[in-house]
Amino acid sequence: MNYENYVLSNFKAISTNESLARMIVSSFVSSTDIGLNDLLDIKTAVSEAVTNAIIHGYDEKNGEVSMLCALNDGILHIEITDYGKGISNIEKARTPLFTSKPELERSGMGFTVMEMLMDSLEVISEEGKGTKIILTKKISSNDED
Amino acid sequence: MNLKTYKKENNLIVVIKGEIDHHTAESVREKIDDDYFKYRCKNIVFDFKKVSLMDSSGIGMVIGRYKKVKFSGGKVIVAEANETVKKIFEMSGLNKIIDFYKDLETAICVLGGTN
Repeated sequence: MNYENYVLSNFKAISTNESLARMIVSSFVSSTDIGLNDLLDIKTAVSEAVTNAIIHGYDEKNGEVSMLCALNDGILHIEITDYGKGISNIEKARTPLFTSKPELERSGMGFTVMEMLMDSLEVISEEGKGTKIILTKKISSNDED
Repeated sequence: MNLKTYKKENNLIVVIKGEIDHHTAESVREKIDDDYFKYRCKNIVFDFKKVSLMDSSGIGMVIGRYKKVKFSGGKVIVAEANETVKKIFEMSGLNKIIDFYKDLETAICVLGGTN
């Protein structure tokens, strides 16, 4: 892979690994002089994407999540992939407050949160094959807010 | 994540320490629902002073408690949320139905008038 630096991790799709994923991305970007607020935004977005893979990709059943964290030209690039059931209507899934699992008290805000906290969000999905969420954010040395 | 609850007047005070995600939100939800009925409370006050991170699972958890408490005419209040956590709540519009207070004492004081 043609990145200045990257780390690729695969882990079982269980909810205890949501915090593991946050720790991995957090450790990975610690080589930069990222501000605390930006770091928290990135960890929160990763948490959303990994939760999506576990709950929606695999319906909380057996599966594997793959996470790529990469740095290039001061841009953090994260790809979170599951090989689960896929999203039939991406546009609907991205609508704020829409959730296919209200019984689990899901708020339907996952994609909205990712979109607001990161610079870009791309969702690639195919039914029966899985979903890839691509997030990017420019790493700025100081928190502006 | 570490969770502590206690009753003060007719409020269930919920003190959460650490990170609220899909994994931890589930145990928070169960404990609150149990204690709310066990202690016969009316309102729920969240003390978020020590919450370091919250994703949208936290929004779902708080909305869920709001729906339950509403039936008994109670309120849900969030106290001492940090800026990042508040930002997540604001995205969801939750700040329109749930009151936010800077500190726990003020929150309890305000609820004092809703007996």
